[in-house]
Amino acid sequence: MATRPLQPDPEEIAARQAVMALCADANRDDLDAAVKALAPPAVEDLRPPETGLVMATGRIGGDGRPFNLGEVSVTRAAIRLPDGASGFAYHLGRDRTKARLAATLDALWQDPARRARVEAALEPAARRADADRRQAARRTAATRVEFLTVARGED
Amino acid sequence: MYVAVKGGEAAIDNAHRLLAEARRGDPAVPELTVAQIRAQMALLVDRVMAEGSLYDPDLAALALKQARGDVVEAVFLVRAYRTTLPRFGASTPVDTGAMAVARRISATFKDLPGGQVLGPTFDYTHRLIDFALAAEGTVEPAAEAEPRDDADTCPRVTDLLTQDGLIEPSPPDDGAPAGDLTREPVDYPADRALRLQALARGDEGFVLGLGYSTQRGYGRTHPFVGEIRVGDVAVEFVPEELGFAVPLGRIRLTECQMVTQFKGSGAAPPQFTRGYGLTFGQSERKAMAMSLVDRALRAEELGEPVTSPAQDQEFVLAHCDSLQATGFVEHLKLPHYVDFQAELELVRRLRAEFFRDSDSMQEAAE
Repeated sequence: MATRPLQPDPEEIAARQAVMALCADANRDDLDAAVKALAPPAVEDLRPPETGLVMATGRIGGDGRPFNLGEVSVTRAAIRLPDGASGFAYHLGRDRTKARLAATLDALWQDPARRARVEAALEPAARRADADRRQAARRTAATRVEFLTVARGED
Repeated sequence: MYVAVKGGEAAIDNAHRLLAEARRGDPAVPELTVAQIRAQMALLVDRVMAEGSLYDPDLAALALKQARGDVVEAVFLVRAYRTTLPRFGASTPVDTGAMAVARRISATFKDLPGGQVLGPTFDYTHRLIDFALAAEGTVEPAAEAEPRDDADTCPRVTDLLTQDGLIEPSPPDDGAPAGDLTREPVDYPADRALRLQALARGDEGFVLGLGYSTQRGYGRTHPFVGEIRVGDVAVEFVPEELGFAVPLGRIRLTECQMVTQFKGSGAAPPQFTRGYGLTFGQSERKAMAMSLVDRALRAEELGEPVTSPAQDQEFVLAHCDSLQATGFVEHLKLPHYVDFQAELELVRRLRAEFFRDSDSMQEAAE
């Protein structure tokens, strides 16, 4: 049975956050394919998937006191596997199915015995997200500009 | 006072059916999809998200479709929708310094660590109507280049100036929660955090006009664009049940750091001061205008005379919301029969008195 360590290990949390970020960036089909490939046992809702709001905050000047920028729509899901492991997801948007799939993957990932398989199932989504990011960066890089100040010719 | 009316049900139903048909337009023309609006009217979608104060591109696109492209009506729909949702909490503050930059320019320094990238911009286009767009066609793929080694590190321009003490630092995070005008009505004077929230969701046209007024001399601040950056940032939220930051996904933001001259005061040495703008989506005009007005609203704090509308926080904050403004202006078209009947009676009585008085004055004169 997957148990959560009493003292959460920062490395473990960082790895779990990375998988959560990957699921948040992925689309529903990616997550559906990943869950199908893992064929998890029956999943029970700890809390029915629900759409709500999170107030996105920024900082004055980019690095100062926080202020409320505006809300983002967020859908959350919480599930439990038959072995008791629970999984959570909070995603931008209103896709309840996707959030529930991500919560399932979160629960499966926490079981060290399943971790490698979960990460392998998410590999195509990770690769595509990485390729998209790289292409966006390459397109942006092509618009890098060097401005020159022109001497005004006044001696 | 507004007194309710009743009746007109059938006419109202039929008006809404007519609206639905007018919204659809000529059935021979293919119907717009929400995905098309989201992808091809992206800046309009961004504006609805910013002023609707809700980041959800699909919802904003749908609202625009329902509103027949009327921005304020779409904002109304989005704001009404958000009232139906529970609030899970507040995000950790987004780190715009870690933005995956799609555009970054500075009008103050030509050589920046990380470089300047133009991204998808209308700047330097000739503003000639492109009739080729009237025909459907394929688009030449965007050029690509290998990002330079420094492309991943884009310090804010203001950070570069801070190192020399030439610019004021940002107000420090004292850990106090920021006020939220969606939860409590604004108390004046409002602090800068609350003002920025109001400006971020304020009407672009109104904020633009106010920003422009400062440039024309109504509260002049001698501004320079220190930096504008547009790109994606990760949003994180710490749910109680987990106790660590959960990445929610990425949102596109536009940030403007306006750098303005400050001659100093008895308490502060001469240095540059700052105005800040941050908006949902790619919305440079809004972020720039916001940063101008943010700086103008700091007049009192910086010991400057408050003489102009853009420096008057009650004037700015009470009037910058497009939904509040439209609500009060547009309510005038609703039936005011009882109200007007009373006014009618009053004017009739005053007129009768006026003519009686002038008659008696004439009689007295004779």
